Amino acid sequence: MEFALTEEQEMIAQGIREFAQGEIAPRAQEMDAAAEIPGEVLDQMRELGLFGAQIPEAYGGLGLDTVTYAAIIEELSRACAGVAILLSVHASVAAYPLMIHGSEEQRASFLPRLAAGEIGAFCLSEPGSGSDAASLKTSARREGDSYVLNGQKVFVSSGSLASLYLVLARSDPDADPPHRGISAFLVERSTPGLSLGRKEDKMGLRADDTMELFLEDCRVPEAQRLGEEGAGFKIAMQSLDNGRIGVGAQAVGIAQAAFEEGRRYAREREQFGRPLIHFQAIQNKLADMATQIEAARMLVRQAAFLKDRQRPFTKEAAMAKLFASEMATRVTHQALQIHGGYGYMKEYAVERYYRDARVTEIYEGTSEMQRLVIARQLLRDD
Amino acid sequence: MDFELTEEQRMIQETARDFADRELMPIAEQVDETREAPLEKVKQLAELGFLGMLVPEEYGGTGLDDVCYVLAMEEIARGCASTCVIMDVNNSLVCEPLRMFANEEQKQRILAPLARGERLGAYCLTEPDAGSDAGSIKTRAVLDGDDYVLNGTKIFVTNGGFANDFLVFANSDPEKGSRGISAFIVPEDSGVKRGTREKTLGIRGSTTYEIIFEDVRVPRENLIGEPGKGFKIAMEALDSGRIGIAAQAIGIARAAFLRAVEHAKTRQQFGRPIGSFQAIQWKLADMATKIEAAHMLTMRAAVLRQTGGDYVTASAMAKLYASRIAVEVADEAIQVHGGYGYTQEYHVERHFRDAKITELYEGTSEVQRLIIARRLMRD
Repeated sequence: MEFALTEEQEMIAQGIREFAQGEIAPRAQEMDAAAEIPGEVLDQMRELGLFGAQIPEAYGGLGLDTVTYAAIIEELSRACAGVAILLSVHASVAAYPLMIHGSEEQRASFLPRLAAGEIGAFCLSEPGSGSDAASLKTSARREGDSYVLNGQKVFVSSGSLASLYLVLARSDPDADPPHRGISAFLVERSTPGLSLGRKEDKMGLRADDTMELFLEDCRVPEAQRLGEEGAGFKIAMQSLDNGRIGVGAQAVGIAQAAFEEGRRYAREREQFGRPLIHFQAIQNKLADMATQIEAARMLVRQAAFLKDRQRPFTKEAAMAKLFASEMATRVTHQALQIHGGYGYMKEYAVERYYRDARVTEIYEGTSEMQRLVIARQLLRDD
Repeated sequence: MDFELTEEQRMIQETARDFADRELMPIAEQVDETREAPLEKVKQLAELGFLGMLVPEEYGGTGLDDVCYVLAMEEIARGCASTCVIMDVNNSLVCEPLRMFANEEQKQRILAPLARGERLGAYCLTEPDAGSDAGSIKTRAVLDGDDYVLNGTKIFVTNGGFANDFLVFANSDPEKGSRGISAFIVPEDSGVKRGTREKTLGIRGSTTYEIIFEDVRVPRENLIGEPGKGFKIAMEALDSGRIGIAAQAIGIARAAFLRAVEHAKTRQQFGRPIGSFQAIQWKLADMATKIEAAHMLTMRAAVLRQTGGDYVTASAMAKLYASRIAVEVADEAIQVHGGYGYTQEYHVERHFRDAKITELYEGTSEVQRLIIARRLMRD
């Protein structure tokens, strides 16, 4: 039993920490204000091979394990959660399903591009289907050796930066149960019929763009269907299990950054003749925050470990995401509180952490969905 | 980085689980009701080597690691919280300080019988006027010839009703304040007096006593460590004990949680099992997640301790969090049971009562936060 990272894992995490603190953190506020990630930041990430973090070396990736990947996401999130989510979505719910379910041709064709830094995006949610993902309406009509896609997707992270979209669409409207009629498609940006709509103006994670996506008679060759017809929903759900680890790590990173700011401020700010940190009320907050962050980090690590050992990790990933995200809201809330009035001002980073944390309770499966997943496992286990 | 249990750890966990199911679950309610310490079960624990788990075999112990200890404690607590605290005091609060600070002769003479469970230990620190402020204890130890003479009153002594050896903290040099505190092993036949037995909310089978020292003579050979080092010994014992209490809290929480799951599956209302209602599913999911988080923190503290890392903050975090969630989980378990949860027959009310002590003894949650904060302020 060993909870600490190995020396090698620690070295990688340390390297990313230095990069993130040196190159990303100083630009985080500006990226939040402009709602944009500058091209140079993405290029630096490409140079580090981050877009191929979990992609096998045979396809040009770094072939890192999930524990290391989670540590990387955590470090990036400490600097800028918007940058972290771009990588997390790309790796967990775009590259990963391709790795697991792609044919050899698909893997050989797309993975090296993703590893090199072409960005992958995930298109599941629609105006009429969020948690109830199985009720999605985007259709995929079979025509000869291709599918014609029609529909609208919302909340596509990194939508305008992506080159490749993993789109879930209904290929069999008569399937029973309905989710068996959903298939997964790899759609290139350049495909006629695919267009981007509105960019969402978000509360947090503003550096990463969140887009509407339209499919109008968008023709996708059969060779770009991922997995079997009707396997799309299962592919999406499995990918989300994996994505949950990333979001959990992201929540831990945001919370860690907020905690450190809270502590730093408490040491410097004096009231009633002494630093805030000398007051028990503040010490108590910091002690609780540190404890919760550590617990969340361990839960994320456990889920990552189980996945690396190819053991079932659905329940553990859901627990990690649920706990870490709600923890991040609590911790960022307290970190802001410690700052008093200054915490409410954009001049201080802590309000951005507070805004960034909130979505971790929502995307890649709301907390309500996580509870459903966990409860299902509990009531089944005998 | 490795979340796998070793073969030995798995075996200890299974042994403890089996013992809890077979021997403790069936008697826990009765122990709580009669307030009688389950000493026959404690003897069986001794036979399993569970009373000196961390003590090397050469001193009568089982020579296991901290992870084994945590795993065993979680299971024993799940069976019976009173039995678990008896085990915790013997292991963490008496055997551990002896293992760490006693000399060779003391280890053979005093530690070995305790580790084997031939004698049982108790830890005497708290006094009527000194709880969290342990450094202000007033029990005096005066050197007289070859003996120390102890005078004072200790309260909240767990295992006080049947202990054979008391680890007592007394001040041998009051001018030095807490730096004058020394640690002694006082056998019960030294004239130690048992005062009142507390009637507690929970862990009612653990016998919590007032212990009175009136001119009790203790040979110098029973001074543990150096004079004046007693406070450090007391605190280090508690640093280790915290991990055990965290494990106890988790065991109690699990007991409550498992009953809640069972009830959710079987109890029908409105034509369906109540577990089919989201309100109940949400509770169960939260309970399980909290228990898992507490388990992670506790195992992490155990691993840090056994690998020689800085475990003091980690164990405080584990105890702080595990004790809070034990109370929350037990509370929700009652809720899941509805009215039945309020009755003795369904056990969850006992888990709720048992859970509360984990936020109080071996350092209140307030003290845990102080310890954690102190470390955070240093970093």
